[in-house]
Amino acid sequence: MKRIYCLSLAFLSLACLSIPNPVTAAGPAAEMLIVVADNRVVDWSFSKFWVDYYNTDPFMFGLWCTIFTAFLGVSLGFITDQFMRHTGLDLSKRTIVEH
Amino acid sequence: MEWLYMYMPIAGLDIFWPGLLLIGFSVGVIGGFFGMGGAWMVTPGLNILGFPMAFAIGTDIAHIAGKSMVSTFRHSKFGNVDYKLGLTMVVGTVIGIECGAQIVMWLESIGRVGPVVRWVYVGVLFLIALMVFMDYRKAIKKKKAGIVDEHGAVGFTWYKTLHKIKIPPMMHFKVAGIYCSAWLPIFVSFLTGVLAGFLGIGGGLLRMPALVYLVGCPTHIAVGTDLFEVMISGLYGTFTYGVKGRIEIWAVFVMLSGAAIGAQIGTVATKYAKGYGIRIAFGLAVVACMISIILKQFKWDATATVVILGAVGAICAYICGIMFKGAANELREKKAAAKLAEA
Repeated sequence: MKRIYCLSLAFLSLACLSIPNPVTAAGPAAEMLIVVADNRVVDWSFSKFWVDYYNTDPFMFGLWCTIFTAFLGVSLGFITDQFMRHTGLDLSKRTIVEH
Repeated sequence: MEWLYMYMPIAGLDIFWPGLLLIGFSVGVIGGFFGMGGAWMVTPGLNILGFPMAFAIGTDIAHIAGKSMVSTFRHSKFGNVDYKLGLTMVVGTVIGIECGAQIVMWLESIGRVGPVVRWVYVGVLFLIALMVFMDYRKAIKKKKAGIVDEHGAVGFTWYKTLHKIKIPPMMHFKVAGIYCSAWLPIFVSFLTGVLAGFLGIGGGLLRMPALVYLVGCPTHIAVGTDLFEVMISGLYGTFTYGVKGRIEIWAVFVMLSGAAIGAQIGTVATKYAKGYGIRIAFGLAVVACMISIILKQFKWDATATVVILGAVGAICAYICGIMFKGAANELREKKAAAKLAEA
């Protein structure tokens, strides 16, 4: 019973995540501000990569944005975590006190 | 002073990058401490720096996703994240957001969306702030009377009544220490999701108190679990806004650099703060948010922005104070213990 419940919950979660625009639909439709990014003024290849993706393939741009954000989150988290370890503080436990 | 400006290739703007770094840092501190994304603070800040509103929202969501990852990992190491509870709540949150969005669309069709949403937002924030402060008062009374729970004196205990509902399947959320019907967190997340979708916000502002008062999480675990949910919804938001071409990835990078440091400070500060310290500061942040919305309603946009940024600065300084004071005490105690051991 519990297994079936967990599986159906996981399936339902995935199905819900595929609903288009649940996050953005709340606001009014955004106006198109810039249709094409100007890649003539970008000279660095990494910037060019993003601008070209933005201009040619919105889906891949969205996907790369998500991957890059997740990568940045993990790597910056790791770096700052290493720094915090060297402070000498005990970062593995805490006591929960409400009042 | 050209080096202080960075070219954003997609928005086609030159932006003052230290401003981005500062916004990222402040929101990282506050988000890590309260367990929320903080879109209500970032979007006006980005707008001031020169981003058009649509880019400000998209960039903000991507930054929130990355920042929440840093905070979630740190909270996870403290044992503050109940992943099972977070995943259970994702279901209700997503369905709720969609329902809230449908209500907005209906209001839009009858031309009443703007004022209704703003006043409901003000009403909800007022109720949250009122609840937090009344809860604090009640907890103080209980403490004086010597009525103390497992984690200290607690004010409102509505969750105890809700835990009596025994609709199967019953679930045990070990980290949060809760045994209740699975429908309770799903229903609560659905309600907060409806409100979040209706108000057009991420929902951390609503979910954190809901986790504390209705589900029965200790404050620290509510903060960590909420951040886990913010991370999931933030990554989804990053994708949808990315597909719509509303993310300036360089701005996200700069903001995240500041937010990663801020998130560590905010998260570690929870170690030195009592649950009610977090709740009261959260209540004050909610009041600041409410005042700024009222000011916006009366078209005093500049004053509203000053209120938001002033509140962000003050709360950020308060949290940094807790963190550095707590850390200094801990290090001093460690040194003293080491000296004693040597002797």
